[in-house]
Amino acid sequence: MAPSGTPEPPTTALPGAERAVLRLARPYLSRLLGAGLLAAATEFAGLALMATATWLLMSAAGRPPLDRLTVAIVAVRALAVSRGVFRYTERLAGHDAVLRMITDVRARVFATLAARRETGRRTGDALSRLVSDVEAAQDLLLRVLVPGAAAALVSVLAVGVAALISPPAAGVLAIGLLVAGVALPALASRITRRAADEVAPLRGALAVDAVDLTHGAADLAAFGATGAALAAADERAGRLARLERRLAATGFAVDALGVLVAGLTAAAVVVVALRAEVGGVLVGVLAVGSLAAVEVALALVAAARQRTQLRAGLARVADLLTAPVPATPTDAPVPGTDGHDVRFSGVTVRYRAGAAPALAGFDLDLPAGLRVAVVGPSGAGKSTLAAVLTGAVRPGTGEVTAGGVPVSEIPAEHLPRVVGGLLAEAYVFHATVKENLLLGRPDATEADLVAATRAAGLLDWVHEQPDGWDTVVGEQGGQLSGGQRQRLALARALLAAPPVLVLDEPTEGLDPAAADAVLDSALAATPAGHSVLLISHRLSGLAGLDEIVVLEGGRIVQRGRHDELVARPGWYREQWLRQEAAERGYLAITP
Amino acid sequence: MNRRPFDPRLLRRVPAARRDLAVLAVLGGLTALLVVAQATALATLLATAFDGRLHQQALAGFVAAVAGRALVSWAQGTVAARAAATVKAALRADLLGAVGRHGPTWVAGQRAGQLATLAGRGLDALDPYFTGYLPQLVLSVTVPVAVLARIVFADWSSALIIALTIPLIPIFGALLGWQAQAATERQWRRLSLLGGHFLDMVAGLPTLRAFGRSRGQVDVVRRMADGHRQATMKTLRIAFLSALVLELVATLSVALVAVPVGIRLLGGGLTLSTALLVLLLTPEAYLPLRAAGSRFHASMEGLTALDEALTLSAADAPAATAEPRRPAPDGRGEIRFEGVTVAYDRTTALRDVTLAVRPGDRVAIIGPSGAGKSTLLNLLLGFVAPTTGRVTVDGVDLAGADLDAWRRELAWVPQRAHLFAGSLADNIRLGAPDTPDDVLAAAVTGAALDEVVDALPDGLETCLGERGHGLSSGQRQRVALARAFLRDAPIVLLDEPTARLDSASEAVVLDATRRLVAGRTALLVAHRPALLADADRILRVEDGRVTELHTAATGAVAPR
Repeated sequence: MAPSGTPEPPTTALPGAERAVLRLARPYLSRLLGAGLLAAATEFAGLALMATATWLLMSAAGRPPLDRLTVAIVAVRALAVSRGVFRYTERLAGHDAVLRMITDVRARVFATLAARRETGRRTGDALSRLVSDVEAAQDLLLRVLVPGAAAALVSVLAVGVAALISPPAAGVLAIGLLVAGVALPALASRITRRAADEVAPLRGALAVDAVDLTHGAADLAAFGATGAALAAADERAGRLARLERRLAATGFAVDALGVLVAGLTAAAVVVVALRAEVGGVLVGVLAVGSLAAVEVALALVAAARQRTQLRAGLARVADLLTAPVPATPTDAPVPGTDGHDVRFSGVTVRYRAGAAPALAGFDLDLPAGLRVAVVGPSGAGKSTLAAVLTGAVRPGTGEVTAGGVPVSEIPAEHLPRVVGGLLAEAYVFHATVKENLLLGRPDATEADLVAATRAAGLLDWVHEQPDGWDTVVGEQGGQLSGGQRQRLALARALLAAPPVLVLDEPTEGLDPAAADAVLDSALAATPAGHSVLLISHRLSGLAGLDEIVVLEGGRIVQRGRHDELVARPGWYREQWLRQEAAERGYLAITP
Repeated sequence: MNRRPFDPRLLRRVPAARRDLAVLAVLGGLTALLVVAQATALATLLATAFDGRLHQQALAGFVAAVAGRALVSWAQGTVAARAAATVKAALRADLLGAVGRHGPTWVAGQRAGQLATLAGRGLDALDPYFTGYLPQLVLSVTVPVAVLARIVFADWSSALIIALTIPLIPIFGALLGWQAQAATERQWRRLSLLGGHFLDMVAGLPTLRAFGRSRGQVDVVRRMADGHRQATMKTLRIAFLSALVLELVATLSVALVAVPVGIRLLGGGLTLSTALLVLLLTPEAYLPLRAAGSRFHASMEGLTALDEALTLSAADAPAATAEPRRPAPDGRGEIRFEGVTVAYDRTTALRDVTLAVRPGDRVAIIGPSGAGKSTLLNLLLGFVAPTTGRVTVDGVDLAGADLDAWRRELAWVPQRAHLFAGSLADNIRLGAPDTPDDVLAAAVTGAALDEVVDALPDGLETCLGERGHGLSSGQRQRVALARAFLRDAPIVLLDEPTARLDSASEAVVLDATRRLVAGRTALLVAHRPALLADADRILRVEDGRVTELHTAATGAVAPR
């Protein structure tokens, strides 16, 4: 497994991101080049059509014999047809190449994210931004590079042809083209950048407002805060609208200048060509051709605008685009599924420098087949323990070994075959019950599914659903109750059945009677010889475990079997009595 | 589904945009006149240049026409962008306002994501529609009319060719456009599916990683992306084909006009300046139509978003604003459920529930998960309306009452509180932004949130990320409790307030809950026994039915 790579500086410069896109486009370079040439041919055909038609008419005015015009007549007709055909082929070729590249890019971005060990969470705005930022790569090629290159090429050709007729006129045309194709795009780019810098933060804030208003709708309604939140969002939307209106005035000034430049260039070409005593027919050709050429060059204004608009998005995903492709490590030995001894030795974890350690010099032996519970107050380090064991958090000092191999050296994709289970905030995918379960073990049989689901107490519910295993559980498991979601996550963990099973609060959200039943059946469903590390704030159902470790402030303060701990004064006994008293009362009133 | 290039609902919905659109129409007329003027001047200029002379007036006229077009094009863009900004702001307000009108149950689930996306990226797709398509739509009417009118005077036979071929553009455009639109609609769904899929996968990455499936999913992501590519190419092939046909119609028409005109020039039946005028004006007649056509495709995403937005925001809230609402009942009155049944699409959450809660009652609600406990609270919150039966407070039916005013009588601690982007203090002050600091501090202490605040870098002013990431679920729960403290309402509804806390913090929170509940009516959904000790009454919900348990057994085992 390749190391996940040193993170690049977050503000990668734009050229870097653009280069990365070009690098990613390399496999499709010939298609793109073809598309660019076709685009140039399209524009040139359009220009030539008008110039040739003008030549045809003005020559005809001189009443030459008809056969002198035949070539021009044929050319006009051929150019009329070829322009459309060129355009069609160019667009298809360009889009096909770019969409193929985008497929690569999506897969690559996901692979890069997947290869990172840290469990950074992104939601809503950040995620949808990720999706559209990735699309920026597509627009960079399709709307900037291909049309930009084509416009530049046609401009050069136009000046060349004009120079053959009249060098002074060609000079005037070149100036017009430089203004239209270089100065105006630069100006447009500056204006667009300034506008984007002002608009982007507002748009981002508005997106967050939208997420808050929709996903937090219940909270807002219950607290009578919907009106205020709406007013705030409206105010922001209004501010955005005012800003957009203000920016439009300067933005469209560039387009107006473009119209002006095209007309002035044509007028100047006529004047200069007449002074240079160019023949009357060719003056007309030069004038009409110049008008068309400047219009082609003005495409560079749009391209420059696009490029600037893509800047921010590309910069955001630059590190994802430039990260080395995660290696697909298949060479590393696949660990067996036999029992694994787990050993924590001197593990210390500190989330922030200077903060109290979440785990402090933690030692624990978990021989294969042993079932251990870790209990303790909130913040004692229980979840950190699970995170270290499953490789999600790397200890500052000390190490955790499974079967004698440090966990940090087991490839990330093999580790779950050794250590895994139900971790904090397990995610339920917007997919069917079955698909969610099969994530635990893709090759599970129907019997496996039934067994795991029964052990988690979800089987009856599945059978009650009209779609059974194919019931879609909704966005973030939204169609499920909290308890059902938890049972689904537990069933998935049981199905995965790694030799070292970690269960982090497996019965959270269940009522005590159900919690006890589910914990019993879950432990019973774990194959003999597999170790269990149960993390729990509830103390019932622990009597059958081999050892209980009481954690406080990142250290072990008590350990032993349930009976021993209950007999000794200490945190465990105190909590046990408190809970017992309450639960007996509860049980007494449960019919 | 709307298939028109302009949705008339828009004008009804956003009257403010009418004036801008009217100005756009006037500017479109001006542009048409200037196009004709420019071509006339250029034709004269070139016809004189044929003899090697410079026609000064024609040159001046040409430059003036060009300057006029530049000015008008600037005004067009500016006005169109103004209209876009106005419409987007109004639609955003409408969409988000719909959330307020319909209530949280309408928003829950899939719709939340759809709304959030639409109010953001979706509506910005309207920019190309307004600044690109609409002005062209106007020009596609005014310019051909002006051009034809001019050419009829100059050379009626060319005018005839143009008049016959121009309608081909909208006809072909419409025929092919329908195809393209249907395909785009399919793609839009597919796109959002893909977006949802990519989002779901990245959001669930920690879980995928935990099962060693993250790399396996790379192929799934690639497959989805490839499906997206194929769907897009299918749409584009049709869209581009229509562009091809339109372009061919336009360029061939130029050839159709230019060649006969040239031949007639040869015969001396036409002056050069007329011939040039026809040549220069002919493409101008087709250009706006074609541009409108191609920009229509580019703005279809915006139009689809517009349609979705207008439909979503127009969906009638069930009896929302129909009649003036009755004043809300006093929270210190008796709460009665009378034969209440709540049926959802698939399940019946409550069946024929009748019960009364007297002021000051502390009622614990127990029962297996999914039995309907939360639905009881949702009824009181007004998030859910009874399918049959009614809920009254102080004799007032909640169904007709002013819900906002009624909710002021409630403090709610949900199972999973949403944390808003903003400071921790703002999150606690939800619904009461003007709360003085000392009251806030009391709520923080009441909810046992002090230690959480102390551990945060900026204390109460710490900004919580989007959706409040950065707090554990237990901490999040305490924020919800603090909100309830601040609310200081006569009725408290607690949905498993201690579900996510360990026993030690639970004890702390329980003390807080006791203080919160004191002197108020309370309904507590409880999985955890510790809460039951303080209840006067215990209701058991199972299978949608509610039974009252006798509470004699509980008093003796209070855990302290």
